[in-house]
Amino acid sequence: MTAITSAAPMTDDPRRSLGSYAMIGLLVLAAALPFLVGKSGWISNFTFLQLSLMIVYAIAVLGLNLLTGFNGQISLGHGAFFAVGAYTAAILIDQYSVNAWLTLPIAAILCFVIGYLFGLPALRLEGHYLALATFGLAIAVPQMLKYRHLEPFTNGVMGINLIKPDPPFGLPLSSDQWMYLAVLVVAVFMFWMARNLLNSRPGRAMTAIRDHTMAAGTMGIDTSRYKATVFGISALYVGVAGALHAIIFEFVSPDSFRFELSIAILVGAVVGGVASLPGAVIGGIFVQFIEKYADAMTKKISQAIHLPLELQPWTLYGLTLIVLIYVMPGGIAGGLAMLWAKIKPRQGG
Amino acid sequence: MEQLIQQIASGLASGAIYALLALALVMIFTATDHLNFAQGEMAMFSTYVCWQLIQLGVPFWPALGLTIVFSFILGLSIERIILRPLHGSPILSIVVVFIGLLAIFHSLAGSIWSHTIKTFPSPFPNVSFAGSGYIGAHQIGMIAVSLIMLFALFAFFRFTPLGLAMRAAAQNPVSARLVGVRVDWMLALGWGLAASIGAVAGAMVAPVVYLEPNMMASILLYGFAGALVGGISSPGGAVFGGFLVGVLENLVAYFGNLTEKAFGIYIVGNGEKLTVALIIVIAILTLKPAGLFGRTTVKRV
Amino acid sequence: MTALLEIGGLKAYYGATQALHGLAFSLDKGGITTLLGANGAGKTTTLRAICGMVRREGTIRFDGQPIDTMATEDIVRLGVAHVPEGRGTFVGLSVEENLKIASYGRRDKTHVPRDLELVFTYFPRLKERIHQQAGTLSGGEQQMLAIARALMLGPRLMLLDEPSFGLAPLIVQEIFHIMRRINEEEGVSMLLVEQNAALALDLADNAYVLETGNVVMAGPAADIRNDEGIRKSYLGY
Repeated sequence: MTAITSAAPMTDDPRRSLGSYAMIGLLVLAAALPFLVGKSGWISNFTFLQLSLMIVYAIAVLGLNLLTGFNGQISLGHGAFFAVGAYTAAILIDQYSVNAWLTLPIAAILCFVIGYLFGLPALRLEGHYLALATFGLAIAVPQMLKYRHLEPFTNGVMGINLIKPDPPFGLPLSSDQWMYLAVLVVAVFMFWMARNLLNSRPGRAMTAIRDHTMAAGTMGIDTSRYKATVFGISALYVGVAGALHAIIFEFVSPDSFRFELSIAILVGAVVGGVASLPGAVIGGIFVQFIEKYADAMTKKISQAIHLPLELQPWTLYGLTLIVLIYVMPGGIAGGLAMLWAKIKPRQGG
Repeated sequence: MEQLIQQIASGLASGAIYALLALALVMIFTATDHLNFAQGEMAMFSTYVCWQLIQLGVPFWPALGLTIVFSFILGLSIERIILRPLHGSPILSIVVVFIGLLAIFHSLAGSIWSHTIKTFPSPFPNVSFAGSGYIGAHQIGMIAVSLIMLFALFAFFRFTPLGLAMRAAAQNPVSARLVGVRVDWMLALGWGLAASIGAVAGAMVAPVVYLEPNMMASILLYGFAGALVGGISSPGGAVFGGFLVGVLENLVAYFGNLTEKAFGIYIVGNGEKLTVALIIVIAILTLKPAGLFGRTTVKRV
Repeated sequence: MTALLEIGGLKAYYGATQALHGLAFSLDKGGITTLLGANGAGKTTTLRAICGMVRREGTIRFDGQPIDTMATEDIVRLGVAHVPEGRGTFVGLSVEENLKIASYGRRDKTHVPRDLELVFTYFPRLKERIHQQAGTLSGGEQQMLAIARALMLGPRLMLLDEPSFGLAPLIVQEIFHIMRRINEEEGVSMLLVEQNAALALDLADNAYVLETGNVVMAGPAADIRNDEGIRKSYLGY
């Protein structure tokens, strides 16, 4: 990602179009990657899975960014919608033999509806209260998934095992490479939609609500309907991410969707920068990176500073959150944008 | 019938814990308008400290006393060091910091004491007495200790100059400064007290739920529910609300059990505890945000 | 005789907005001084700046001691009592608690009962309502409570921000009369901000007229009261 746009309005700056060319080039390269590598094993299937997971988390973080960064609503419970999306995909594939890719729009619609319905009462809540309601949701989700009458569908604590779909049309790709490609395409589409949404009239209304709820109300924006809708859209994004996760990870179980997941999405959003689209990508990378490497990293850190005990990844999460709020409340994307703004006038002059 | 009484009695016992936690939450809320999402994990951490002291051979009550002091200093330091510089920050920043604290305490407890479940001693003798068919000795002890705590706190706030200053600072910080009250320190003291109350709640409930890093998650949610039922700005209401949701929680399980026996249909049971708490929280927030005893606040543009 | 309060080059800000632009004046011990001026002239801001309630620059000396970098509660503990705009009642506390809280910062608590008695000699009405919740008092009673609370601090200087605001003329008269008595009998100097210039000039010994954050006129209250030109151009009556 070279173009750091954050929430700034798009302009006809020539550098900006240069940036978008670079971005398109980068995306083409990313899409060509599995074909270039082929079955050489130069980049392992496992690495492709890691990349896919990063992209999936980026979509989830983007969903939270739309809600928190651009609409000012706080959610600590987006893991719940991730779970709904994942289980929707898993149950449809497992029990009804639905095509894996067809489950995405179904999960999207279902999560939008649930998100909208949850948002309806929640939109009367602000700030801390909404955080509390979603906090409760995040804590209660694993228990809900274990509910006895859902067991015929969810298979209870055992969870559901899935098998990755094979690449179609006899493409010369491994299934992990094919997954990566598919996830990438979905992600590009989702980001493109988000950008269009934010640049539209409703998108400007969204940010107006974030900045001045009451003033936006007096300007004739139906704030409650907007907030519920944004909650629905946000849940839709996270639900699609959840469905993708179920497909590429080939497994869902209640305990994959504990409070930790909601926190991970929040951490991703804060680290990347809540009011930024590229920030969501940074956040997604961070979430997967931490999940994969934090264990080893914390071990190294513990050893390096001769701690008598082994730190755990969550300690790193917590410290990252607190330190970022102090030094870079706009996240990495916000920080880079500020840095860029400082350098730019010097370049121009 | 006997079972119903038993359920209500044990509901009151867990309600006592919820009441303590609700009170801790209200104490921080009235002073700073923040909901402390880390309250539960702080209490859990304190309980581990208490357990450690007991392991080292300190008798239960002195160990609890030391834990209270430790927790007080811990809460006070968190306010002074971490939250003080963020006064006036957007809500998102504050919430994120609380979640950060939650994550840190949770994982530190796991690092230091491991995730294996530990038993925690009860300080109350296991004797049988009239009525012990309905309620255990530890449950009575829980209720008694909680009530003593609540009365001590009430007396502190009602009758001491420091308590008065803390109430004044919470109610009207600007005016409190103008009569020479060091409002910042009052907030920090409030945090310290809240952490201490949480420590007592943790040590009282640990013999029942066992000691492990996740022990407080559901209790915190019930504490929030209790605080909301009573009105998040009313300490007395929070205590009442805590007891109420404790009884409610047990009654829901009891009647769930009853319907299953009578009609063979399972609707709700112990496995839905958290969902019940969530429903209480959302119902109160949307239907009666001020709770039963709270004041409604008017928002200015 | 040194001045009780000396202010020089005082600037004050609300966020990025500057409200005072190098204000300078001083206050002698003993009397009542009033700050006059139109809305937005900076009267309230001046009082707030003295107490450290807004961001400020410049020199402020209280009884020779610089207080311009001190925190509000420390300034109060030196003997500067601020009766704020809107009275700042602790509405959820009883009248007695509202008064007792003011002695919180004082080391020696033995004089509290005596102080309470003293306050009640000035405001007997508060004694009748001692156990009532302060939020249930009438506006006039709450204003009395605010002044009584300030008196409980044992101050040498009292800053009063619009004590007449929203009150019936008869009650204002009563309160102003009590303020004069406190000034004379307890030796508490007063700095009074008033919208109602006529009222303030009747009470005060000296007056300053502010305009957009600067002193444009200073002198004995009687002179200003009698100068029709000043009255017409600055005070609007």
